[in-house]
Amino acid sequence: MENKLVISPSPHIHSGDSIPKNMYGVLIALIPSFLVALYYFGLGALVVTLTSVISCVAIEYVIQKYMMKQEPTIYDGSAILTGVLLAFNLPSNLPIWIIVLGAFAAIGIGKMSFGGLGNNIFNPALVGRVFLLISFPAQMTTWPLPGKLPLTYTDGNTGATILSLLKEGASNLPSYPDMLLGNLSGSLGEVSAIALLSGMAYLLYRKIITWHIPVSILTAVFVITGIMYLADPVTYAHPLVHLLTGGLLLGAIFMATDYVTSPMSTKGMLVFGVGIGVLTSVIRLFGSYPEGMSFAILIMNAFTPLINTYFKPKHFGGI
Amino acid sequence: MLRTFRIGGIHPPENKLSAGKKITALAVPTQVVIPLSQHIGAPAQAVVKKGDTVKVGTLLGKAGGFVSANIHSSVSGKVNKIDDALDASGYKRPAVYIDVEGDEWEEQIDRSETLNKVCNLSSKEIITKIAEAGIVGLGGATFPTQVKLTPPPGTNAEILIINAAECEPYLTADHSLMMEKGAEILTGITILMKAINVKKAVIGIESNKPDAISLFKHMIVHFEGIEIMPLKVQYPQGGEKQLIDAVIGTQVKSGALPISVGAVVQNTGTAFAVYEAVQKNKPLIERVVTVTGKNVANPSNFLVRIGTPISSLIAAAGGIPENTEKIIGGGPMMGKALVSTEIPVTKGSSGVLLISNKEAVRKPMRNCIRCSKCITVCPMGLNPTLLMNTSEFRNWDLAEKNYIVDCIECGSCSYTCPANRPLLDYIRLGKGKVMGIIRARKS
Repeated sequence: MENKLVISPSPHIHSGDSIPKNMYGVLIALIPSFLVALYYFGLGALVVTLTSVISCVAIEYVIQKYMMKQEPTIYDGSAILTGVLLAFNLPSNLPIWIIVLGAFAAIGIGKMSFGGLGNNIFNPALVGRVFLLISFPAQMTTWPLPGKLPLTYTDGNTGATILSLLKEGASNLPSYPDMLLGNLSGSLGEVSAIALLSGMAYLLYRKIITWHIPVSILTAVFVITGIMYLADPVTYAHPLVHLLTGGLLLGAIFMATDYVTSPMSTKGMLVFGVGIGVLTSVIRLFGSYPEGMSFAILIMNAFTPLINTYFKPKHFGGI
Repeated sequence: MLRTFRIGGIHPPENKLSAGKKITALAVPTQVVIPLSQHIGAPAQAVVKKGDTVKVGTLLGKAGGFVSANIHSSVSGKVNKIDDALDASGYKRPAVYIDVEGDEWEEQIDRSETLNKVCNLSSKEIITKIAEAGIVGLGGATFPTQVKLTPPPGTNAEILIINAAECEPYLTADHSLMMEKGAEILTGITILMKAINVKKAVIGIESNKPDAISLFKHMIVHFEGIEIMPLKVQYPQGGEKQLIDAVIGTQVKSGALPISVGAVVQNTGTAFAVYEAVQKNKPLIERVVTVTGKNVANPSNFLVRIGTPISSLIAAAGGIPENTEKIIGGGPMMGKALVSTEIPVTKGSSGVLLISNKEAVRKPMRNCIRCSKCITVCPMGLNPTLLMNTSEFRNWDLAEKNYIVDCIECGSCSYTCPANRPLLDYIRLGKGKVMGIIRARKS
């Protein structure tokens, strides 16, 4: 007995929290959005999501095992999460080979080239999405119309998203209930505000994320688009339309809050969130792209190290 | 809503298995080993030699400096030798070995149980008596009490805060003492108030001890100026700066002493020891120690003579259970893993915890995922993952700028980290290094 005692510094107990618990927690929070996507986009949503997840995990495994020569860590759920988030940012009629290319950009370039989980600067799923958006602009902006459990994949009818309608100056927008439920064209995981918000409630309850980043993004967008709407309600859409459409909620709740690429102090999180909100609004209102969220998050990702340097946690004794 | 400290904090499973257990006196062993360094500061200088006959309460070692404490014999018998002995720190340091014969006490010690509430001594006389009795902070920090009661010139104490938080999981030594020696503790608090000349004392206690709270609410009406304040259960509430923030809502600045905000903090067990020293002439020769663990047959609170090997405490609690991987002196968050069961109980031993390999497991570390949970829980408002990096890359300058020396080593960061990073191990290393650099710069 005597010589079997283990000696180590304190603390001697651990909370039991782990990387997989956090990653699978986020995946659970994405389930409502996935169910909505299945309902409106049917077979397409299933094919796109499965393709994206399988390719992300496989690419990470191959790179870790054969190029980095280390024990693969695919079971921690981070590659699955990247796969799901990438899929949620794609139209549900995207051909499989394009999805695989996107997964390669996300995992290979966005994540593993920096050294894997924890070392990447940019949100991997968004790296994948923006790569596809620039490389395949036609396929990436052809959105299937929502149906009821449609069994179509690449052969369904297509339509425009609200934000692209806005860019063209159209006025007959879908109703608010449709925006809340997700009965609109768009990337498969971004359509239903209710599903995304219930995911956020779960993440807050599990303390996987804090309110700072999502709330500061939404507030900034609401304020800026609100000012423009008050100034000229004919040209500019109501701020609620901006909040409920495009990838705004998906990005604010699930992408901008990515641990690795967002600031660490609460003050830093607020700066980061406001930055994303401002950039998104500017791109949406004045830019040539209808959608600004992906670019805004990636730009602010680049500022994260700087924000971490200047916005430190509140030090004890400062009150 | 209950008050608590305002930055960080965690709530590990409380596991107070020995709560409500009566304090039982442990039999005096056949030999005790009494280390001469049981406190922060200079070791005591031995004043006995091999072959000397000693009684319970005989001075063995005289305080070796301003920050130091007297050491007394906890048994009667013969000094066997003065030799190095392993202590809880894992180092061998000088100790007095005494072979026990009978149980004879020094005559001036009053061994009766009668409560002696009246104290007519002056502040100076009280502090002298406390110093003579070798009292140190019994919460685990073991800082000599007389030093804390002598505020530096130019400062003024306004409030005495009694630390009854006992925020470490498993430990119940203070709790059990409060249940059985309430009047003595309150008298001790009154004496401490007189020593530092304050009119107000607040007992900060976590709300997970409702029996002690209601007991004290009834008892304090007989004592002037003492208040009991239930606090929200949150670790590390027993940290000095955290407790001050919780009780009076003021944060002690980085590098400053509690007295800078007018507060003096003392532990419950210390208040009891002060009562015994001042009113009963009894030096600090025994203390309450919790022996506990999920697989321990009889988790208990023992009254133990200083110098008793912890093996006898463990035996009295039912022996070492199967699968025990670590034996910890203190609680699971800040206690020290002991290298042997022959280590003696000292003034700072608040508990002996036996934990299984399942509970103590350290999983392999992963990359930091910058989740910032360590920042959220740090009670000092530090950035633990940044500080770990500064230690790893030996960037002492950056470590100092980010207040590494403010770390209280509570372990909340390592406890919380989902990537199992040994944050505190590295921060402790860097803290020592930076403190050395600061000292060298000053001299």
